[in-house]
Amino acid sequence: MPDEPVAVVGIGQTKHVAARRDVSIAGLVREAAQRALEDAELTWTDVDAVVIGKAPDFFEGVMMPELYLADALGAVGKPMLRVHTAGSVGGSTALVAANLVSARVHRTVLTLAFEKQSESNAMWGLSLPVPFQQPLLAGAGGFFAPHVRAYMRRTGAPDTVGSLVAYKDRRNALKNPYAHLHEHDITLEKVQASPMLWDPIRYSETCPSSDGACAMVLTDRAGAGRSPRPPAWVHGGAMRSEPTLFAGKDFVSPQAGKDCAADVYRQAGITDPRREIDAVEMYVPFSWYEPMWLENLGFAEEGEGWKLTEAGVTELDGDLPVNPSGGVLSTNPIGASGMIRFAEAALQVRGQAGEHQVDGARRALGHAYGGGAQFFAMWLVGDRPPGA
Amino acid sequence: MSAAPVPDTLRAPLVVEFPFTRSLGPVQSAFLTGLRERTVLGVRAADGRVLVPPVEYDPETAAELRELVEVGATGTVTTWAWNPEPRAGQPLTTPFAWVLVRLDGADTTLLHALDAPGPDAVRTGMRVRVRWATERAGAITDIACFEPYESADVHGTRPHDGVFDDPVGGIVAPARLDYTYSPGRAQTGYLQALTERKTVGERCPSCTKVYVPPRGACPTCGVATTDRVEVGPRGTVTTFCIVNIKAKNLDIEVPYVYAHIALDGAGLALHGRIGGIPYDQVRMGLRVEPVWTEGSRYPDHYRHCGEPDADYDAYKELL
Repeated sequence: MPDEPVAVVGIGQTKHVAARRDVSIAGLVREAAQRALEDAELTWTDVDAVVIGKAPDFFEGVMMPELYLADALGAVGKPMLRVHTAGSVGGSTALVAANLVSARVHRTVLTLAFEKQSESNAMWGLSLPVPFQQPLLAGAGGFFAPHVRAYMRRTGAPDTVGSLVAYKDRRNALKNPYAHLHEHDITLEKVQASPMLWDPIRYSETCPSSDGACAMVLTDRAGAGRSPRPPAWVHGGAMRSEPTLFAGKDFVSPQAGKDCAADVYRQAGITDPRREIDAVEMYVPFSWYEPMWLENLGFAEEGEGWKLTEAGVTELDGDLPVNPSGGVLSTNPIGASGMIRFAEAALQVRGQAGEHQVDGARRALGHAYGGGAQFFAMWLVGDRPPGA
Repeated sequence: MSAAPVPDTLRAPLVVEFPFTRSLGPVQSAFLTGLRERTVLGVRAADGRVLVPPVEYDPETAAELRELVEVGATGTVTTWAWNPEPRAGQPLTTPFAWVLVRLDGADTTLLHALDAPGPDAVRTGMRVRVRWATERAGAITDIACFEPYESADVHGTRPHDGVFDDPVGGIVAPARLDYTYSPGRAQTGYLQALTERKTVGERCPSCTKVYVPPRGACPTCGVATTDRVEVGPRGTVTTFCIVNIKAKNLDIEVPYVYAHIALDGAGLALHGRIGGIPYDQVRMGLRVEPVWTEGSRYPDHYRHCGEPDADYDAYKELL
């Protein structure tokens, strides 16, 4: 029996901001879930199971906050699962939910991811004072900056490419009402004049710290038939992992990322991603990761990714728009960031992305990664059912 | 190369502790502010039951719950467990009973401590009342504990708008975990070698890569690493960044260079600071050696060792 086709029929996000002091974590996730249900014109009783993801427990304290969220998410009496894959968690959470539908375990699944960075401490969560170990010498961006330098050395990319990405993503965010950063007076000069924090990464090339949640309603073919708005169909989805550190690891273009993309393209019948995919929502926490992932995901040959960025190909009106939503550079509730990528890809093929809609987007890729380039999760969504 | 001895593995306490903040939202805010004012609030569920402590969303229907009611400060123990040895941070320092209390007017129970002289003084069905803390700040600890108190169960509620002056919007929830940490056999050997200012890794018998620090197994091949191999002391800067912002817990003047350094013979780079030359003269391929300081477990930093730069092809797999 072939897999059941999976459709995204409801999407909800909170307005991402630096601090949501007005709501509890329960109130925050509820807001996103309620909006996803309203989008799908469904009620709590229509949901068969809930799959939730968040950042590692240490970020928000060691109290497994998902345990008390069953009430807020209408999960009482239903299966509720938590997915746990560091920064990629939003993506892998959506894929676990999609797999439950495609395997016909459940017909309609609510999936959700969240983070209240204002009430958590990512830096502390990532740098426990482990006895005998040398303390981390560099802070958050210091982990990524040497990899960016390695990319620049390997490809000969001019050092302005990172600022082009940041300038583009921040302008795209102005068209996305849910984005955290709305820098109305942004200019390329301002990005390039912002302080160099971890050379070669400037302040304006880093992601913000956000509070937010994102939810989706996934359903089967029959459910999609009742959808009041066009569904997005899942054409392929995959996860891959590799150790954070091993001899031969390529931090610039990790093998797990290449393998994950290849699996998704195979499932979706994509042979030329650069031509066949209309929009990409990729996980770019520091601007230089756009050209790096363009190569890792097969949109450019090795060493050529920065040329797409420099030529404007990844702009909202380019022929391969990347992060039309403004991306992680404009919105980063860590636990939710991967799911926002997946949801924004779905919004594009549903034609529901509003001002940041890519005209005629029929296939879009959502991408998430995390855990020091350890976990990868991706899906490809289309405006037609698979095989149609 | 020699077979690894089995040293006594190191152990040390690891305390993971952080004061997390939590925004309360409207229902918990009213509940905790109420406790500060010696008022216990519950919330009425869709089926009419009164839930204490209150929740924001109905456990049966998922409906948003906002109808607050005031319940009594007296109640009935529905079950209990004796705690003969209270731990740090628990409500009482003397032995007490953990109790579930159904407050008068409530349909659900609240977990708290009951101050009683011994387990013989506690029974299911006994009547109790709140003992309020002298100093109250809007937290569950505003109820110091419960105490035995004979009274009639009036089981009434009064409507309450949940409005108080100066409401509590958030709490601080300190989290603490106490571990005993052991770095294990391989890292213990590595740490012991460091005391002699030597860097010792372990070679994977399958792929022959040398892991520094060693972790006892090769993550790629999934086999134990056993052969000890001394690496360095010199190495190559494979990539780096210039840190321009001061980290909270580090006493290093900025800017400084944080580098990946592949010690000669190692299969992957470790991390260290580069000193002794201006930060803007550090480059990929720079040949370096460790600089040790008295009493420090690790090299304080690495400095240029005078050799010409390494060829990119020699270290490009070690970034």
